Amino acid sequence: MTLKRHFGFALAFALSTTALQAADLRIGLQEDPDVLDPDQSRTFVGRIVYASLCDKLVDITPDLEIIPQLATGWQWSDDGLELTMTLREDASFHDGTPFDAAAVVANIERSKNLPESRRKSEVKSITGVEAVDDHTVKFTLGAPDATLIAQFADRSGMMLSPTATAAAGTDFGLNPICSGPFKFDERVQQDRIVLSKFDDYWNADAISFDTVTFLPIPDTTVRLANLRSGDLDMLERLAATDVASVSGDDALQMEQAVSLGYQGITVNVANGAGADNPLGQDARIRKALSLAIDRNIINQVVFEGAFAPGNQSFPPTSPWYNTDLPVPERDVDAAKALLAEAGYPDGIDIEIQVANNPVQMQLMQVVQAMASEAGINIELVAKEFATLLRDQSAGDYTASQIGWSGRVDPDGNIHQFVTSGGGINDGGYSNPQVDALLDSARTSTDLATRKANYDAARVILQEDLPLIYLYHVTWIWALDTDLSGFTAYPDGMIRLEGVTKG
Amino acid sequence: MSTIADPQTQITDPAPARRGSRFWTKFRANRAALLGGVLVTFFVAVALLAPVLPLVDPTATDWLAVRKPPSPAHPFGTDEIGRDVLSRMGWGAQASLLAGVVSVAIAVLLGVPLGMLAGYLRGWTDAIISRMTEALLAAPFLILAIALAAFLGPSLSNAMIAIGLSAMPIFIRLARAQTLSVMTEDYVESARAIGLRDGALIWRYILPNIIPPILVQSTLTIATAIIAEASLSFLGLGQQPPAPSWGSMLNIAKNFLEQAPWMALYPGIAIFLVVLGFNLLGDGLRDALDPRDH
Amino acid sequence: MLAFLGRRCLIAIPTIILISIFVFGMQKLLPGDPVLAMAGEERDPEVIAYLREKYRLNDPIVVQYLHWIGNALRGDLGISLRTNQPVTELIGEKLPVTLQLAVMALIIAMVIGIPAGVLSAYRKGTWVDWVANTIALSGLSVPNFWLGIMMILLVSVKLGWLPASGYQPLSEDPLQSIKTMLMPAFVLGTAIAATLMRHTRSAMLGVLKSDYVRTARAKGLAEGVVLVKHALRNALVPIVTVTTLLFGELLAGAVLTEQIFTIPGFGKLVVDAVFNRDYAVVQGIVLCTGIAFIAMNILADAAYRVLNPRMTDL
Repeated sequence: MTLKRHFGFALAFALSTTALQAADLRIGLQEDPDVLDPDQSRTFVGRIVYASLCDKLVDITPDLEIIPQLATGWQWSDDGLELTMTLREDASFHDGTPFDAAAVVANIERSKNLPESRRKSEVKSITGVEAVDDHTVKFTLGAPDATLIAQFADRSGMMLSPTATAAAGTDFGLNPICSGPFKFDERVQQDRIVLSKFDDYWNADAISFDTVTFLPIPDTTVRLANLRSGDLDMLERLAATDVASVSGDDALQMEQAVSLGYQGITVNVANGAGADNPLGQDARIRKALSLAIDRNIINQVVFEGAFAPGNQSFPPTSPWYNTDLPVPERDVDAAKALLAEAGYPDGIDIEIQVANNPVQMQLMQVVQAMASEAGINIELVAKEFATLLRDQSAGDYTASQIGWSGRVDPDGNIHQFVTSGGGINDGGYSNPQVDALLDSARTSTDLATRKANYDAARVILQEDLPLIYLYHVTWIWALDTDLSGFTAYPDGMIRLEGVTKG
Repeated sequence: MSTIADPQTQITDPAPARRGSRFWTKFRANRAALLGGVLVTFFVAVALLAPVLPLVDPTATDWLAVRKPPSPAHPFGTDEIGRDVLSRMGWGAQASLLAGVVSVAIAVLLGVPLGMLAGYLRGWTDAIISRMTEALLAAPFLILAIALAAFLGPSLSNAMIAIGLSAMPIFIRLARAQTLSVMTEDYVESARAIGLRDGALIWRYILPNIIPPILVQSTLTIATAIIAEASLSFLGLGQQPPAPSWGSMLNIAKNFLEQAPWMALYPGIAIFLVVLGFNLLGDGLRDALDPRDH
Repeated sequence: MLAFLGRRCLIAIPTIILISIFVFGMQKLLPGDPVLAMAGEERDPEVIAYLREKYRLNDPIVVQYLHWIGNALRGDLGISLRTNQPVTELIGEKLPVTLQLAVMALIIAMVIGIPAGVLSAYRKGTWVDWVANTIALSGLSVPNFWLGIMMILLVSVKLGWLPASGYQPLSEDPLQSIKTMLMPAFVLGTAIAATLMRHTRSAMLGVLKSDYVRTARAKGLAEGVVLVKHALRNALVPIVTVTTLLFGELLAGAVLTEQIFTIPGFGKLVVDAVFNRDYAVVQGIVLCTGIAFIAMNILADAAYRVLNPRMTDL
C-alpha cells in the first residue's frame, strides 16, 4: 500500500517537474558573463543575458534598422543638437518603479557620471538630458552625433531601475533590476544565471517561458553534447566545425547570421618602438602579407566555410561595405614582387602575437603556412589574452591577431581604431585625411554622405593597410527542433519574444 | 604532481654498501622494470632519432587533407590543418621527454642541496628551509605552475621552469630526511669525532646515501612532470604551435573529439605509455636498490 | 596531544605568513593588466585611471600587502574584479562543490584502492598481485584530463549515459547531483586509488609478516578474520595518514577535472581567475587552500599519533 502511494507521489512529482521544465528554457553560453550591470559590463556574452533582462530605449531589426522599444518615437532638431524621445507609458521596472522620463534621465546620468562606467565614450556627445514631461525626454548634444541612436540599441540604452541603482550603487550587478521580459532570480558564478518571467512586462504575451536559465559551458564539444542529451534547449556560438554534424541531426536545427564584427591582424605602424620594423614602416610588406593569404581557404580549413571572408571593417553583406574593393584573391607572385620592391627579394621574417586559444592559433598557423610560400616567415608569439592586450596597448608588439565584436553603427567598427589618438588605435595609425572623413561620417545624419565618407576612407586604408582584415564570424545557434520562432540577429543576441517550445 | 612520497622511497638502510652486482641481478629479474626500461628506451630513441626517422615534416600543412582519419599515407591520421599526426607525435616525444628530464633536473639541483643543508645544519637554516618548503607545498601544484607559466609567458622552457620549481619541495624533503637519518649513524659520528671536515663528510658519507632514493624519486617525478607538461600544454601554457607536443596536440584535439577522435587518442596513449614506462622503471629501481629482501 | 597540536599550529604561523606573501607576490608576477582587462573592449583611459586608483594599484606593493592582509584578517578578501562579488562569498559558494567532488572521488578511490591493496599484498607474487599492480600503475600513468575527455567522448557523446558537464547542487536534486558528479569523481579518483592501493599493499606486507598475525593464524583463526581484523586494522595507521594527505591532493587535482567537466568549483574559479587576472580571487583561493592544506597536514600527523602512540617526535 505504502509502496503504491510512494509510487503515486513519485509519478505526480515527475509529472509536475516535466510540466515545470516545459516552461523553462535552458541556453548554453560560451563564456560566463562578467558583472551584470550594463554600465559596468564589458563582455559580449553579458549582452546576451541583457537581451532577456534589460529593455533598451530602441532595438534593431535583423536588417539593422532601429525600431522602438522603450522609446516609442524620436525626433532630431534641424541642427542635429537636440533629440526628443517619447516613451512607452505601460512599462515598469521589475521592482515596481514606473518607467518614465525621470528614469531615463537618471540612467543617462549614471552612464555618464558613474566613475566605473564603461559607457562614457558611447554617450560622450550628450551634454544634457531633461524630462520634458512624464513620458518625453530631451537630449542636448555638444555636437551632432549620428551614432547615438544606435548606442541606445545597446548597453547605453538599457534602462535600470533608478530605485535600485540609487540603493545598490556599484553593487547593482549582484542583483540587477531592469524592465525587460525576465527578472533576475539567481546567479552562481561559472554555473548558471536564472531569470524568471516578469508578469507586468508590457509585451508579456509574446513571452512563453516561466524561467530562462543561462549555462556557461566553454567547451564546444561538451556544450553540444548537452544540447544533444536534452540538458540544453539551445546554444550560442556553435563551433563552425560542428555545423555538418548538427545539420545531419534530425533533432536539432540551426540559425545563422553574419556578425557585425571582424577578425584580423593589427599592425603596429607608429605605436612606440614596436613599430620600428619593416612591416610597420613599409605598407608594401603589409600588402604582400595580405596578398599571400587566401581568405577563402582560411574559411574552408578553419571554419568549414561557415564564416565570411573579409577585407574591410564591415562584412561584405553590410550596406557599408565598399564594393569597389572586393575580398582580394590570393596572389603569391604579386606578394613576392612587392617584397622584392621593398628590398626583401629573399624573404623577410616578421613576428605576430596571437592569443593562445586553439581557434586563433589554428587560424594563425594557416596564415603562417600561406605567408611562408610568399617568403614571409611569420614567427607566432602566443600570449594569454590579458598579456596580449597589455602589450598591444603599450605598443610592445609588431603585429597582433585581434578582432572586434562589432557595433550596430558603422562608426563603432572603425573610428576609434584608425583615427589619430583614437581610444583603441593600438597601431598608432594617423592620417589627417582619414581623420577628417571619419569625423565627418560620425556627425552627418545623411546616410549617403556617411557611406561616401566611409568608402573614401576605405580606399586610403586599403593602401596604408594598418589593419589586415581576415574574416567575419558567423553567429551560429543550434536549437532543439522543439523550439520555434527564433530569429537570428547579426548582433548575436538571443531575443525570446515569440520563441515557443513544444 | 604528487606531494606524497611513494611508499618505501626512503631507503632505510643507509650503509654505504657496494650494491652494484646485486642491483643488476635484482633489476634484471624484475620483468615489469624491464618493460619500463624498454618503453622509456623506445620513446627516448624516437625523440632522439625524430630528425632521421622517415617522418614527414611535422609542420607541413595540407589543405586537402584536413582531419583525415588514419590511412596508409597517414597512419595516425591528420590534424586540424592537415599535418601528419604520426610525425607530430614523433617530434612531440622530444618536447615531452625534455620537459620531464629538464624540470626534474631543476628540481633536483635546487632541492637536494637545500634539503642537505637543512638536514646537515639543522637549527635556523632548517627552520627557514622547512617553512618555505611547506609554504610551497601548500599552494596547489597546478595553480602554482599555471601562475608561474602565465607570469613567464607560455612556452615550453617556462613550463619546465614552473614544473621544476613546483617539484622542488619533494626533493628538499627527501634530501633532508635522508641526511638527518645518515647523520645519526654511528660511522658518521665517529668520522666526525676524528675531525673529518664538513665537505668531506658530505661528499664521502651523505651524498652516496642520498643518491639512490633521489634517483628513484627522480624517475617517478619525471613521470609526473611529463603529465604536468601535458596538463600545462593542454591549458595552452606549454609548448607553442606550430612546434608539436603531446599536450598541446590534445589541447587542439579536444575541440574535434567528435569529428576527429584519432587526434586525441594517439597523443594520449603516447603520454600514458611513456609515463607508465618511467613509473615501472622507478618501481624497479626502488626494489632493486632496496636492501631489504622481497 | 594538546601540546603537540599547539606546537604544530604555532609552527604553521610563519608558514602561513610566507604563503600570504607568496600569494600576494603573484599579483606582481602575473603579467597583463587587470584594469586593462576590466576596462573592456573600449578601454576608456579615464575609467582605467579611476579603477587603478580604486583598487590601490598605484600604492607601493608593501602598502598594498598590508592593506590586503589587514582586511583578510577581518575576513574580507576583497571583491572579484570580474563580477564585483565578494571573494569570501565566492569561496563559500564554490567550496561545497569541490568538496562534494573530492569526497566522491575519495570514496571511489577507497572502494577500489584499499581492497585491491589488501588483496595484492595477501596474494603477493601471484597473478592477482601483478594485475592489481599493473592497473594501479596505469591509473597513476594516465593523464587525468585525457581520461576525462575520452570518457566524455565515450560515456556522454557516444553512449549518452551520463551528462557531459555541469553541476546540480546536492540539496536540490541529490540523485541528479551524484549522477552529474560521477564521471568527474571517477576520473579524479583513479590516480588517488592507485596511490592508495600501493600504500595499502606496502603497509599490509609489513603487517602480514608480523608476529601477531602469525600468532593469530597459529590460533587457527579463519583467514578472512586474520586479514581484516588483525592485519588490516594494524595497517590502517599509514593508510589513514596517507588518506588525509591525499585529500589535499584531491583539492589540487580538482583543478583540471573541474576545467574539463565545467564544474563550477574552486579549481575552475581559480584557473579562470588567473586567466582573467582577477587578482583578489586568485589570492583569496590560494590563501584558503594553503591554510586548508596545512590543517590537513596537522590532522594527518595528529591521526598518526593517535593511532600509533609509539611515534616519537622527529
